[in-house]
Amino acid sequence: MNRAILDLWVGAFVALGFAALMFLAMQVANVSEEGTRGETITLRARFEDIGGLKVKAPVKSAGVVVGRVAAIRFDPQTYQAEVEMKVSAAYPFPKDTIASILTSGLLGEQYVGLAAGADSEMLKDGDRIEMTQSALVLEKLIGQFLFNKAAEGGSK
Amino acid sequence: MVELRGVDAGYGERLILSGIDFSVRRGQLVAVMGGSGSGKTTLLRLVSGQLRARKGSVRVFGQSLERISEKELYALRRRMGMLFQFGALFTDLSVFDNVAFPLREHTDLPESMIRDLVLLKLNAVGLRGAATLMPSELSGGMARRVALARSVALDPELIMYDEPFAGLDPISLGVIGQAIRKLNDALGAASILVTHDVVESLSIVDYVYLVSQGKIIAQGTPDEIRNSPDPFVHQFIYAEADGPVPFHYPAPPLEESLLLEAEVAP
Amino acid sequence: MIQLLRTLGHLTVDGVWQVGFATRFLFAMLRHSGPSFARFSLTIRELYFSGVLSLVIIVVSGAFVGMVLGLQGYDTLQRFGSESALGSIVALSLLRELGPVVAALLFASRAGSAVTAEIGLMKATEQLTAMDMMAVNPIARVVAPRFWGGVLSMPLLAAIFSTVGVIGGWFIGVVVIGVDNGTFWSQMANSVDFREDVVNGVVKSFVFGWAVSLIAVFQGYDCTPTAEGVSRAITKTVVYSSLMVLALDFILTSFMYIGK
Repeated sequence: MNRAILDLWVGAFVALGFAALMFLAMQVANVSEEGTRGETITLRARFEDIGGLKVKAPVKSAGVVVGRVAAIRFDPQTYQAEVEMKVSAAYPFPKDTIASILTSGLLGEQYVGLAAGADSEMLKDGDRIEMTQSALVLEKLIGQFLFNKAAEGGSK
Repeated sequence: MVELRGVDAGYGERLILSGIDFSVRRGQLVAVMGGSGSGKTTLLRLVSGQLRARKGSVRVFGQSLERISEKELYALRRRMGMLFQFGALFTDLSVFDNVAFPLREHTDLPESMIRDLVLLKLNAVGLRGAATLMPSELSGGMARRVALARSVALDPELIMYDEPFAGLDPISLGVIGQAIRKLNDALGAASILVTHDVVESLSIVDYVYLVSQGKIIAQGTPDEIRNSPDPFVHQFIYAEADGPVPFHYPAPPLEESLLLEAEVAP
Repeated sequence: MIQLLRTLGHLTVDGVWQVGFATRFLFAMLRHSGPSFARFSLTIRELYFSGVLSLVIIVVSGAFVGMVLGLQGYDTLQRFGSESALGSIVALSLLRELGPVVAALLFASRAGSAVTAEIGLMKATEQLTAMDMMAVNPIARVVAPRFWGGVLSMPLLAAIFSTVGVIGGWFIGVVVIGVDNGTFWSQMANSVDFREDVVNGVVKSFVFGWAVSLIAVFQGYDCTPTAEGVSRAITKTVVYSSLMVLALDFILTSFMYIGK
C-alpha cells in the first residue's frame, strides 16, 4: 500500500475519532452550557433534610443553572446536612439569599434553588447561606395530610 | 572466524550436542552434514547466538558469546547473514523491500543508493526482474534466491545456510549451490552450510563436518570424506538404508509387539 | 479423581506461568517501544490495519445497537409516560457501557485476531527469527507497533461507536417514532455529565485497548509455530480478550460509579 494513501486513511480515521469525541462532549454532554464554566465560588448551606439531593445536582436560580452541588456532608454537631455548592462567580448573590431544596416535576430529580434577597452585600467565596428550606419529602407530606384530615374529623 | 571448543548444548532437559569442536576460517565454505535430528541446526543456533552453550566456549569474530549482551550480539549479527530453510521472507513486503529491509534498518543510505544496492543484489541471484513481485507470487526456488540476496544485503563476513536445498527441484538446487559458492568467494566471507544433501554440497564446499547423534563423527575435505573407510560415513554419503545407523527406531522385537497387539485385540 | 486434581493443578500452574510470562513480555515490549514512536510510520501502518479496517464493523454495529436502544427504550419509557427521557437512556447506556464494551468485543474479534494471526504466522514461517538474525529486534519492529496501534485505535473506535449509536437512537426516536427533537437532545444534555460519563467511557475503552492488544500480540508471539498452533492462538485471543473486557468492565464500573 502506498505510504501517502495509508497516511490519508489513518488521518481521516483519527479525525473522525476526535470528531466523535467532540460530538459526545459538545452535543451529548453539552459542556458549553453547564453554567459552571469559568470561575466559581464555593458556598455552603445547612439543611434539616436534603431528601434525595445528590452530589452534582444543579443549583438553579429562577430556573437557570448557575452551579452544581460539590459535596454533601453530615455535621455531627448540629445533626444537619452540610451542602457545598460551586456557583458561577459571574452571578453574585446577596447575603440574604434563601437556598431551598426543590424537585423538578412531581418525581423528578432534586436540585438546590437560590432565591435572591435584597441585601446590598454579596456572598463571597466560602460564605454560608443562613436561610435554608429543607426538601419536601413526599412521605412526610402525605403523613401530614392524613394527620390534618384526622384532626379535622376529630374537631367536627 | 568461528571457533567452538568442547561445546555442550541443548533445550530444556534434552542435550542435543556434546563435546563439539568446530572451526571455520575466512574464505572457507564449510558443510555440516548429518541425518535429520542430528543437531545440525542447533549448531547454527549456537554460532548465531540464538542459543547459549551449556559448556565449552563459542567464539565468533574472536568474541566469546558466553556473556554477551543483547546489544553486542546485535552488533555481531550485523556482520552475519543467515538463510532460512524456507527463506522466511517477510510476506507483507515486496521482493524489493525484503532485500532493502536490512539496509533500511541498519544504514542511513539515501533511497536512491538503497535502490541501486538492492537491484545489484537481486541481479546477482538473477531476479532483478522480479523486484516488484510479492513473496506469495514466487516459486520455492525463487523465494530461496531472494532470501539469499537479502541475507547478503549488508555484505556479511559470515553467512549461514540452514538447509538451503530442502524441497528444491534439481535445477533450482544447482542454481542455489552455485550462488552460494560464488557469493562466498566474491565477499571473501566464511560460510556454514547445514544440509543433508550430499551430492550437491560435496561438489561446492571446502571442508565437511559429519554430525550424528550430537557428536562430530567425521571431518575432512570432500575427497577425504568420499574415500573414508568409516562405515558411518560410507552409509551416509552413499545413502544406504541400513548400516551402522539403524533403519529402526529402538523398539522391542517385532514379534513381541505383534503378540501384544493380538492379546489386547480380542 | 486424582486425574482431575492433577489436570486442575496443571492448568493452574500453566495459567500462573502464562500470566508471569505475559507480564515480563509487557515490560519487554514497553522497553522496546521507542521505535514505535520514533519511527511513527510503523505505528501508522498498524493504526490503518486495526483502526481503519475495523471502522465498517464498528459503524454498522453502532448504528444497529443505537437503533435497538431507541426502540426498546421508547417501548419501556412510554409505559411510564416518560418518552422524553429517551435521549438520556440512549446516550447513557452507550457512553457508560455499550460503547466501550461492545466496541472492544468487536475490536478483539476483528483486529485482535488479525494481529494474532499475523504475528503467529510470522513466527511459524521463521520471519521473526530471521528478523532477529538481521539484528532487528522483532519485539521492537513487529510487536510493539501493533500493540500501540491497537491501544491508540480503541478509544477512537469506541467514541465513533457511541456517536453513531446516539445518532441511530435519534433516528429511531425522533425521525421514525416522533419524539420531540429538542426534548431528545436537551434531556440528553441534562443527564449526561462530561467527566462522569464521557471521560469515564474513554478511560474504559483505553483500558480495554491495552488489555485486548496485549492479549493479541502475546498470543501471537507465544503460539506454537505451526498452522494448528496459530489457529489455537487466534481462538484464545478472542476468548481471553472477551472475558478480560467483561471482567475489567465490572471492576472499572464498580470503581467509577459505585465506589463513591
